[in-house]
Amino acid sequence: MTWDEMTPLLWEAAGQTAQMVGWSTLFTLLFGLPLGVALVVFDRGGLRPLPALRSVLGMLVNVGRSLPFIVLMIAIIPFTRLVVGTTIGTAAVVVPLTVGAVPFFARLVETALREVGSDVVQAAQAMGASRTTIVRKVLLPEAFPGLVAGLTVTVVALIGYSAMAGTIGGGGLGDLAVRYGYQRFETLLMIVTVVVLVVIVQVVQSLGDAVARRLSHR
Amino acid sequence: MWGFLVIQVSGLRKLYGDTVALDGVDLRVREGEIYGVLGQSGAGKSTLLRCVNLLERPTAGTVTVAGQDLTALPSRELNRARQRIGMIHQHFALLSSRTVAGNVAFPLEVMGVPRAERARRVAELLDLVGLSGRGGDHPHQLSGGQKQRVGIARALAGNPSVLLSDEATSALDPATTRSILDLLKRLNAELGLTILLITHEMNVVKSVCDSVAIMSGGRIEESGAIADLIRTPGSRLTREIFPLPEPAPSGSVTLTFTGDPQRPVVSEAVRKFDVEISILGGSIEELAGGSVGRLRVSIAGDTAPALAFLRERGLLVEVTP
Repeated sequence: MTWDEMTPLLWEAAGQTAQMVGWSTLFTLLFGLPLGVALVVFDRGGLRPLPALRSVLGMLVNVGRSLPFIVLMIAIIPFTRLVVGTTIGTAAVVVPLTVGAVPFFARLVETALREVGSDVVQAAQAMGASRTTIVRKVLLPEAFPGLVAGLTVTVVALIGYSAMAGTIGGGGLGDLAVRYGYQRFETLLMIVTVVVLVVIVQVVQSLGDAVARRLSHR
Repeated sequence: MWGFLVIQVSGLRKLYGDTVALDGVDLRVREGEIYGVLGQSGAGKSTLLRCVNLLERPTAGTVTVAGQDLTALPSRELNRARQRIGMIHQHFALLSSRTVAGNVAFPLEVMGVPRAERARRVAELLDLVGLSGRGGDHPHQLSGGQKQRVGIARALAGNPSVLLSDEATSALDPATTRSILDLLKRLNAELGLTILLITHEMNVVKSVCDSVAIMSGGRIEESGAIADLIRTPGSRLTREIFPLPEPAPSGSVTLTFTGDPQRPVVSEAVRKFDVEISILGGSIEELAGGSVGRLRVSIAGDTAPALAFLRERGLLVEVTP
């Protein structure tokens, strides 16, 4: 296979990966952040202790975290159909990617929020701040560098997960490597795909690190 | 000036499981005074302070601040009451994500003060604590003393009726401790700010407090105005302030005198009566706005009239049997 043949394939695959990862990152943020906040706030000794609800949420997160992505993707096919109306293609992959990444990210959010000193939270309580104010103006801003670092790790994980998306016709770089590199013995394309993936992950990680560092005032 | 009770705590008990942290504590802090709660760690003083703004909910007892029974308030009302109770912390508890000005503005945001008003007030507060021009810095760029000044400015944002200080100088070096205590004293004098502070350092009590409560084992062992306690026989405060060897040898006399230390009362007694007085130990301390001396002596000869004379001169005379 020549470079001229590979280039359009690579571009198309990279675009699909970007779409899958982009959309699922957005939805992961949308659902994972509140879930992570809930894990901290409802915990024993949290701002609003609701231990029963907290254990249910914790259990859900653990279930989500314990399924290998490829199993999860197939297991939730009915749910995917319900949400996007189809079970194949890029849009259909975003659903399992999000479902897989939300519990992962929620745990990272939980860890980041726990890093915020209890003395700062108590100081805010002593000033008469409401629980919502404490979450919005103390917990989230103080944990922001940690949240960005968690999101970076999540995006990298999503890039990895998205490689399995070929199984349900989602396309992307991983799928390209499997179809051409593995099934058709196009070793060169395989190597190029690997290099492209490595570069993308490096860029995402450095970007995330840089942002986290900039935001940190410790 | 000292009539109105700003803080009134009665019958306070706090249990953590089977552990008794507070075992029936009563505390009365009058308007305009600096009240120190002194005790070792584990004595319950921190729990007591945190019960005053209900960061800890007492198991039993009531807490009244500025005439309001906090234990009876629903959470929204409690938050409003807390806005009028300032608090400073041992490790400053500043938001690292905000600038100095942002930290001071935080309580104003909580209170819903409009932005322009907030900026004006923040500048005013930073000026008050000697940090004008540092508003744009982040807390990590400040020294410990400066961080505590930010903490103080933040605590004063809501024009509080009382300031609670939780070991505010314990993480600071002696010179910085001095400057923070001076600032608190100045705020007390200039704004009439009532301060309730907890500390394990006698020095803090000696240099700024008007009244003191000594705590141990979840109880208050002794409390009152320092000037009064010093005139009370057997006072634990006096014993702790003046490092005389304990127990006092049998037959010795301990004299505590306030006011002018130059008054030659002892030599006067020697001249007037047929006694010999030898000094075993003693020291003079500046506290509660005056100097107080404590002298351990042994008196030989016709002791009874000499002791009566000393008592008559206003000295506290304690004879060890």
